[in-house]
Amino acid sequence: MTTETRAPAPTRTVAAPRRGRGRRALVPWLYLAPALLFFAVFRFWPTAWGIYLSLYKVRPYLGNQWVGADNFVRALHDPALRSAVWHTVVDALATVVGSAVAGFALALLLEGPARLLKLFRTAVFLPVVVSMVAIAELWSSLLFPGRYGAANSVLHLAGVGPLPFLSSPHSALVSVILVQVWKSAPYDMIIFVAGLAGIDRELYEAASLDGAGLLQRLRYVTLPALRPTTTVVLTLGVIRGMRVFTEIYVLTNGGPNGASQTVVPYDYLQATTNNDIGYAAAISTLFLLITVALTLLVQRWRGRRES
Amino acid sequence: MALGGSASTALGLRAPRALTEGPGARRAGRAARVVVCLIVVAVFVLPLWSMIATALSSGTSRLGQMQLIPQDFGLGNVETAWREGMGKGLFNSAVMEVFGLSLQLAVSSMAAYALARKRFRGAAAVMVLIMATMMMPDEVIAIPLYLIIGKIPQPFGGGTLLNSYGGLILPLVGWALPIYILTAFMRQIPLELEEAARVDGAGDVWIFLRIIVPLCKPALATCAVFGFLMIWDQYLLPLLVVQSPSLDPLTVVVTSLQSSEELGDGVKLAAATILMVPSVLFYLCLQRLFERGMLSGSLKG
Repeated sequence: MTTETRAPAPTRTVAAPRRGRGRRALVPWLYLAPALLFFAVFRFWPTAWGIYLSLYKVRPYLGNQWVGADNFVRALHDPALRSAVWHTVVDALATVVGSAVAGFALALLLEGPARLLKLFRTAVFLPVVVSMVAIAELWSSLLFPGRYGAANSVLHLAGVGPLPFLSSPHSALVSVILVQVWKSAPYDMIIFVAGLAGIDRELYEAASLDGAGLLQRLRYVTLPALRPTTTVVLTLGVIRGMRVFTEIYVLTNGGPNGASQTVVPYDYLQATTNNDIGYAAAISTLFLLITVALTLLVQRWRGRRES
Repeated sequence: MALGGSASTALGLRAPRALTEGPGARRAGRAARVVVCLIVVAVFVLPLWSMIATALSSGTSRLGQMQLIPQDFGLGNVETAWREGMGKGLFNSAVMEVFGLSLQLAVSSMAAYALARKRFRGAAAVMVLIMATMMMPDEVIAIPLYLIIGKIPQPFGGGTLLNSYGGLILPLVGWALPIYILTAFMRQIPLELEEAARVDGAGDVWIFLRIIVPLCKPALATCAVFGFLMIWDQYLLPLLVVQSPSLDPLTVVVTSLQSSEELGDGVKLAAATILMVPSVLFYLCLQRLFERGMLSGSLKG
């Protein structure tokens, strides 16, 4: 028995003296109290309050008026919201897939123990840590639609352009997606670099001795080895990507003419400019339900695959 | 690891060519790779660099015109931005960091101590509750949160938390990520250390402050890095909570500085540069911490 206890058993606690039982039981709750208080006031209460408000027409000074499911019915029939949802899904999917593909390519190119490669990786990673607000302001300048805008000057060298980027409804969302991919691809790169480092190099040797070409080695050795960690990360990334606010709000403000509007900025607009809190709360509630449901689905799917 | 030599460049994808071709072709291949690498690095670094260069140019530039080399190097843009509220923004962001981050770390390590080192009824439920907030996007509760901040009275003086430092800081204190990281870390600390102290008559508070917290320094550092960025990047919350520009954090100041025909983009980009610098320095100094924390976070989804 005494020898057994030498291995650290994390959940087991030191035996409590019998007389202080009642007080002992209270101790963990005292340590948890501040955190629970902050979570209760600034997380759970707003969540519940949002669901509550979604059933009302919110009227400052006049008192809220019960409207039942009216806000939700309106949300389902709101064409602007429908297109915002569509943009959100496209944006989240394209950003995650684009970043993963670009991040994978970056990882293949920059993986390795050499000091120079490490330096390159550090440099490439910089956009990830920079605040999205700074990135968005930077790119709104770089993507200036005139001929002498930075991006258009570069394209001019290649004989393309000038492109309107953020100022045209046809290219606004695509431009935002490119900025997001630019910012998040290096993040994926680091994940892939860690994954690649875990692959037994002898597998490559064996495969090439068997006559496998470069693409075949990629297809049959690299990708299968990376799959288990990445699919889940990427799926959760799509769900998280649907929260996009800052990029859209700063780069296009949903425009031109709603062409790049997504759910969260649209919701913000309803609550602030349109001063329609009940409707905004209904949109938030729907969005919350969908994200939680999707996350749980992914986690169940992961749980089933791991078992 | 097993093959430390030439095969370990880029995935071993290069290994077979190295086996079949002569050293000359190998050298050419390596040079080509370095060139491609440099182009890729330029794609990610030059935009950031051009932001700095444009911010430091004092020559009049047209709207949308960026520089790669500062034109008429000068700090005029930074001074203008400073006058237009950037100084205040920097101060407000610093206040948010100092109070928000220390509260966040203190509250999280206390909670983690209970969750990792105590066995009590309801522990699993608390863990689930806290982790559940990870999948609830902050953006979704932003508007009801703003309404609730408008209901909470100031602890000192009158009014509500709306348009106050309290309203900017307190909602950021409860965050699941540091609790998660610290709980996982504290579970690894051997119980013997605690038992020995208890035999010597030490109480919970002493054990927590003198044994557990000092041992958690690496995990606390990781949490500090993520907490710093989380608070530094706040944008939607201050947009809602702050009503007088004197309380705006740097992020909001940056977006409120307008580009104009006379000033070009320089002033706005000067403020964005100031917003960028602390995060970049933080990353460059603590790179290892950063990547380790990022990987542990990402693999857990």
